[in-house]
Amino acid sequence: MLEIENIIFPESLGDALATVETDPGAVVLGGCGYLRLGSRKIATAVDLSKLGLDTITETEHSYEIGAMVSLRTLETDSCINVFASGALVRAVENIVGIQLRTCVTLGGSVAGRYPFSDPITALLAIDAQLVFQGAGRISLQDYLTGKGLRDILVKIILPKDERVAAFTSMRKSTTDYAVLNCAVARVGTDFRVVVGSRPSRAIRVEAAEKHLAANGLTRETAEQAGLLAAENLSFGDNPRGSGEYRRKICPVLVKRALIEVLDAA
Amino acid sequence: MQLETTINGNTVTLDFAAGEFLSETLRRYGYLSVKEGCDTGSCGLCTVWLDGKPTLSCSTLTARMQGHEITTIEALAGEAEEFARFLVAEGAEQCGFCAPGFAMTVLAMKRELKEPTVTSINHYLAGNLCRCSGYKGQMRAIVKYLGVK
Repeated sequence: MLEIENIIFPESLGDALATVETDPGAVVLGGCGYLRLGSRKIATAVDLSKLGLDTITETEHSYEIGAMVSLRTLETDSCINVFASGALVRAVENIVGIQLRTCVTLGGSVAGRYPFSDPITALLAIDAQLVFQGAGRISLQDYLTGKGLRDILVKIILPKDERVAAFTSMRKSTTDYAVLNCAVARVGTDFRVVVGSRPSRAIRVEAAEKHLAANGLTRETAEQAGLLAAENLSFGDNPRGSGEYRRKICPVLVKRALIEVLDAA
Repeated sequence: MQLETTINGNTVTLDFAAGEFLSETLRRYGYLSVKEGCDTGSCGLCTVWLDGKPTLSCSTLTARMQGHEITTIEALAGEAEEFARFLVAEGAEQCGFCAPGFAMTVLAMKRELKEPTVTSINHYLAGNLCRCSGYKGQMRAIVKYLGVK
């Protein structure tokens, strides 16, 4: 059971960061959807819900998604439904139900670096950048491979470009956690191939991306990229599936997603 | 802790512990239509509207409710009764434990979905579980209630 001794509502991002930096017992709250499932005892919960981080802003070069934007807001946003072929919407629309998606936030999913996350997999294929109050701007990829930050995630930036993308996953039931998820994108002649919920964190597959960049996207190279992903990634066991099973389905998901991109052209 | 919020159109002052979730607070204040089923944010039984949007009260901290508008089925008795007649006509109502949260989602769906289809209804309802039924009766009732062609 989650226990919270004290909850504070900072009036500025600076105040929120100061609390996190000076109070070792401080935990930043997202939507609490996952946090509440544990039996954690939190001395000071830092709530960002009064800092205006719940909006999506379109600029000339990007979409800026506030850290407290809910997954349901993302799912129903007309621009995000079109951007990158709607891959980010595909990644969130089957997470439990609309009521949970109204509670949980994109910032909570990203900051928590949850290995089962669907949106993180899509965001990697979109080359998302993160803005932290202390550390400033950092790529999602660097954040996932780093040691983590004791900081305040302010927003997630999606660079606007002519990217064609796709997200797909294998689930035991529609709204369950993914057994394995996959997102791909084509940006000009470059490609992104990302596999997550392995069950470890989402990761780009360099060998598959290079193969596609060198040979172009066809049904044959899509299949080969899937095989390269399965060969080059590590997979593990958890209650939703074995590593062996994940390795078997990985090429299928990668190929399916790439063919979706191919057919969208 | 203490805060002022609006429940079913009435301004209410709530006393609560820092880590308390809204479903627990609402039940403590007598809104017993709000059920707690799974305690994992999966079943939708605790659905209330927060500023008009269906939300899991079991996953919403009461401390965040300052200045918000909470709606439970107690405020929607007339509409809920109308929908209940469709459920009864299709033989869909069984133990009834999931019914308040289910009805809150359906009534929100009626407001939000402009041209509902069986697919969009299914998607909207994915977060509401019923342990008694096979969902067929509920779907027939909703399709008729919403006038889906």
